Amino acid sequence: MPHDHESAQAGARIVVIDLVVAMLVVMIGATVGYESYRLGSSWGPEGPQAGYFPFYIGLLICVCGAVVFAQSLVKLKTDRRIFVTAGRFKQVLVILLPSTAYVLGVQYIGIYVPSALFIGLFMSFVGKYHSLRSTAVGLGVSVSAFVLFEIWFKIPLPKGPLERLLGF
Amino acid sequence: MEEINALFHGFAVALTPFNLGLMFVGIVLGVIIGVLPGLGGANGVAILLPLTFTMSPTSAIIMLSCIYWGALFGGAITSVLFNIPGEPWSVATTFDGYPMAQQGRAGEALTGAFTSSFVGALVAVLMFTFIAPLVARFALQFGPPEFFSVYLLTFCSFVGTGKGNPFKIVASMMIGFAMAAVGIDIVTGQLRLTFGFTELLSGFHFLVAVIGLFGIGEILLSMEEGLSFSGHSAKINPKIVLETWAKLPRYWATSIRSCIIGCWMGIIPGGATPASFMSYGVARKMSRNGDKFGTGQLEGVVAPETAAHAAGTSALLPMITLGIPGSPTAAVLLGGLLIWGLQPGPLLFVEQKDFVWGLIASMYLGNIAGLIVVLTMVPLFAAILRVPFPIIAPVIVVICAIGAFTVKNNMLDVWMMVVFGVVGYVFRKLDYPLAPMVLALVLGDAAESSFRQSMLISQGDLTVFFSNWLVGGLTGLALVALFWPLISAGMARMRAVVTAAPRRN
Repeated sequence: MPHDHESAQAGARIVVIDLVVAMLVVMIGATVGYESYRLGSSWGPEGPQAGYFPFYIGLLICVCGAVVFAQSLVKLKTDRRIFVTAGRFKQVLVILLPSTAYVLGVQYIGIYVPSALFIGLFMSFVGKYHSLRSTAVGLGVSVSAFVLFEIWFKIPLPKGPLERLLGF
Repeated sequence: MEEINALFHGFAVALTPFNLGLMFVGIVLGVIIGVLPGLGGANGVAILLPLTFTMSPTSAIIMLSCIYWGALFGGAITSVLFNIPGEPWSVATTFDGYPMAQQGRAGEALTGAFTSSFVGALVAVLMFTFIAPLVARFALQFGPPEFFSVYLLTFCSFVGTGKGNPFKIVASMMIGFAMAAVGIDIVTGQLRLTFGFTELLSGFHFLVAVIGLFGIGEILLSMEEGLSFSGHSAKINPKIVLETWAKLPRYWATSIRSCIIGCWMGIIPGGATPASFMSYGVARKMSRNGDKFGTGQLEGVVAPETAAHAAGTSALLPMITLGIPGSPTAAVLLGGLLIWGLQPGPLLFVEQKDFVWGLIASMYLGNIAGLIVVLTMVPLFAAILRVPFPIIAPVIVVICAIGAFTVKNNMLDVWMMVVFGVVGYVFRKLDYPLAPMVLALVLGDAAESSFRQSMLISQGDLTVFFSNWLVGGLTGLALVALFWPLISAGMARMRAVVTAAPRRN
């Protein structure tokens, strides 16, 4: 994320983020355009080559990104609106970081244990719920997901050591 | 009437106990999705799509489209009771709906909203029943250039009807096209834009993008805004319903205008959200009580709700007949059709009569079921909203993760979902619209192949898109839509000059 460090103090301004994102957009466009050019973006022996269409897409992305960049540059001094204040950004991280940790957990030990842990811990730490209630909701969601997907719909979700222990 | 016969056949298909059950399940799920922040029509349908893989396509589309109707109904509940639009298309409903709730007229506002949603949907379905077969028959004669010009019109309409910065709209759309191009090129078999990563061979799946952009992105946004739900209680009893119904016929003119705006905006991909705003604006201008709008006028609830539901319903018309969805949710449904092995487009009406007419019949039945469900179960749905956000947020993240994983049973998709979530959050804050990106991601391959086929026909000559009146007209219309921001600015300036001129004399 481009705006991590900038919003640590008072909060980054919208125009600044706009500039950064526009720059990224131009970079994406340039990558798409270059890669398509490399593949062949012109007319081959049997018609349009593989990069024929994406090349122009890349070009358009570059142009649009550049225009947005220029527009933001013009407003850079005058527009003082804040993208996100530090306090609010902390709130975003409060859900984003645990979610990332949760996905990491899913990667290694299956989906059911991390789901119960994630919901339970989030409820007790962020929502300040009693641990009993948090555990109940976490386990409840996890177990109902298990019944719904593994047993009713026979859709296998990632499973880990605990599920193997239980014979699934 | 051939259509009437086909429709009755459709009712026979849809009216099995199993399908009726799915209809009610779909509506209830849809309303819950519409009520909860972070789950909307598009990603709600995306998450539940894998559950339908084992059903027959007809049952599956009945359930999924009912989820969609439910979400359309559900948005109104949060708007009226909590002043928080559950869906973007119900923003305009808060203007008069919430003041009504503050005055203790929540029941009246909700009844008005649901009933006018129902009316809007019904008109759109009627239009659908009679126009869709004609459009499909007409489109049977389309060649690649015609199809490409329709795609062009679809995408240019985003620029024409969008409110924001046109360059951001186009940038977002083109990024969608670029993502669609990733993977194996279907014509030459070459790898495109994979940069050596085997994981990118099959490209980006739009369902994952939808779940991330709309689901996770919305959760991040809701966390930032620190939503606390404190709403008014709703009591709907038969007396309030009947009293409100007695009042509604007074607003027939508003209803008709809103239906027309909604149907039109749904067919061209403006979507339900601009339709609801436009309809609210027009109603305020045309109504005798226009100056009282915003203080709790029933008419101010009727207008946006009718238009939103009409637009949401008619967005399915181009999806079924041409394979070109008019909204992100319609795009997800289109993706569903492809997964079930059905090719949307004009041939669907010829080859899959059961499916198409079953769907159309379910649109009638689903909306009736929807009206009954929402009118009777409002307190229950409002109670769901009172569940605090620290419980809802992680549960929705878990649901989104499950949804993203089940798309292809691929762990990488779950990571992609997180990345798309962050992108969705940043893009939303910077006013890059997400709908064009999703539509481009869904339609990218089809649009590209129709473009390449056209180029093959004409040997690279772009004038093929003006080669006859039909394709030329469509392309011309697309160009007008594309340059509409410039045209309307120019017209405004000319009008200013004209009105300023006499004063100077």
